[in-house]
Amino acid sequence: MSDSPLLQIADLWVTYRQRSLLGLGGTSFHAVKGANLTIRSGETLGLVGESGSGKSSLANTVLGLVPASSGCIKFDNVDLASLGSRYPLPVRKQIQAVFQDPYSSLNPSMTVEDIVTEPLRVHTRMSKVERRARAIELLRLVSLQEEHLNRHPHQFSGGQRQRIAIASALALQPKLIVLDEPVSALDVSTRNQIINLLYERRDQFGIAYLLIAHDLALVHHISDRIAVMYLGHIVEEGPSDRVYKSPAHPYTRALLDAVPLLDPARQRARRAQRKLSPAQETQRVAETGCPYKNRCPLVMPRCQTETPPAYPVDGGGVANCFLYASDQVRQSEQRERKAL
Amino acid sequence: MFRLIFQRLLALVPLLFIVSVLTFSFTSLLPSDPVDLILGDTGTDEQHEMLRERMGLNEPIYLRYLQWLGRAVQGDLGNSFFNSVSVMDAVMQRLPVTLSLTAISALIAIVVGISAGVVAALRPRSWVDRLATLGATFGQAIPNFWFGLILVAIFAVNLRWFPATGFTPITNAPWEWLRSSILPSIALGTASSAAIARQVRSAMVGVLQQDYIRAARAQGLSARRVLFKHALTNAMVPVVAVLSFQITVLLGGALIVEQVFAINGLGTLAIAAVRQQDIPMLQGLVLVMVGLVVIVQLATDIIYGLLNPKARPT
Repeated sequence: MSDSPLLQIADLWVTYRQRSLLGLGGTSFHAVKGANLTIRSGETLGLVGESGSGKSSLANTVLGLVPASSGCIKFDNVDLASLGSRYPLPVRKQIQAVFQDPYSSLNPSMTVEDIVTEPLRVHTRMSKVERRARAIELLRLVSLQEEHLNRHPHQFSGGQRQRIAIASALALQPKLIVLDEPVSALDVSTRNQIINLLYERRDQFGIAYLLIAHDLALVHHISDRIAVMYLGHIVEEGPSDRVYKSPAHPYTRALLDAVPLLDPARQRARRAQRKLSPAQETQRVAETGCPYKNRCPLVMPRCQTETPPAYPVDGGGVANCFLYASDQVRQSEQRERKAL
Repeated sequence: MFRLIFQRLLALVPLLFIVSVLTFSFTSLLPSDPVDLILGDTGTDEQHEMLRERMGLNEPIYLRYLQWLGRAVQGDLGNSFFNSVSVMDAVMQRLPVTLSLTAISALIAIVVGISAGVVAALRPRSWVDRLATLGATFGQAIPNFWFGLILVAIFAVNLRWFPATGFTPITNAPWEWLRSSILPSIALGTASSAAIARQVRSAMVGVLQQDYIRAARAQGLSARRVLFKHALTNAMVPVVAVLSFQITVLLGGALIVEQVFAINGLGTLAIAAVRQQDIPMLQGLVLVMVGLVVIVQLATDIIYGLLNPKARPT
């Protein structure tokens, strides 16, 4: 793990234009609003948030499938945001992806060999024989066998299909793999196998992962750092253990509380406490102020008018919440006093 | 793959048997007596009886079927009731005309339908898409004989680019053959183009939303390779099913369009045969048409198997 960032996202905005019926005018929808993220090489960043929070839009933008409307995406010191979706091939080669639904992410008319070697066909000048040898190698890496080469996706189970997708993503030995909910479509029994497989290959090849999921417990298990997204904003970011064990942002706490507890008594107590917090049903996008203000149990007057910037949190990382502003203010006041 | 072809060929045997039985049963099912048809009100009862004996109509029906089948297998479909020409010769003479009409219109339908469908699907809800949908609605609503007349009025009568009527065999003059087939083929193929375009558009829109398209683009494949190799191959699976049906429709439609353009194809022959109740001729025509449909279906099944691994026997 080196310290220079592999992927650096700064103030990234992703905007979709919804066209009206006649194709004139229409409204805009901001899926990602000023996101900042960093992934160092060999590092796994978990990106969590509920559905619609913009995490997949962020992933698609990193993959160059959706253009960034503003901001900066630096990968290996190349600015990708300005390239739109026309990434140069050498960059494409370094960023691969595994998607959520292995039933739709493998082309049903292709054989496993074709699927796994498709990236090699585009990015390398390997002969067919070389590609086949590499395909066998790749299948072994994901615990599949040579005999699977000539089969078609419909002959495999969900877990096996996801293994094939991973093999294809590994084919070019990329520096970064975007994992968009890689296990949420799988049986609980196969999830751990796939997670462990991803884990092992990461350590073997030093690949960085951008892991997108909505299950914080799972993300905590595999990630070095966790970023939490809410309505297009990244509201908290920090070391995996810190975010999981002492979440700073009220939204992260709510997310963690959504994971059921094994002890019924504790679960009951938590539920009782949750009932005390105000208006949870309002999910409308706040035009001004903190994006979470309508659901936040700890909302302050200041949250209505100002958008909280990222404040450092004890134990590492940042949270975009005024709860952590006090220290900052005190520090700056002290600095001012010293200056006087 | 060979197994698929073999299976399909095997399935043809019972199908062809049923078709041959049905075709032959015409003779018995029709209310009119062939002997009365040929002799009309003329002739004595003895003459009627003699002819009946000579045509073998007194034999039990299964025996007559077997005799007819035996001859049909050897390519002898009997003679017309009215002008004593061999049915086989008459049909084979007209077949290339109808076939070339069907083939050209199928080609037009496939090329126009697929390209319009793909273009529309690439930009859903854009003006191109709307235009294509509008065109498809018109194309499907317009009757082919009426459209044929309009085409003749514009391109043959006014502009004089193409002949208004008639057909030149390809062996005589290929260029004239093309010129004489183009208007009837457009008239015939328009509705099918529209039907195919609709099918291609909806299949393509569905496929383009699949994650393997997203994956292929993320892997850095060229837009062309994503479109043709990944999207179109899979979008064609439902389209091929429609395609075979459309070609069958085209065969039937050819019979009508031939009338508009005064082309001596199977259609003209069939209509004359129906009017005169020329049973051997009708039997021959039905058999040939069924044969063509069966060949189209067989080809479709094989293409379907090639495109869709799930349809292949394991």
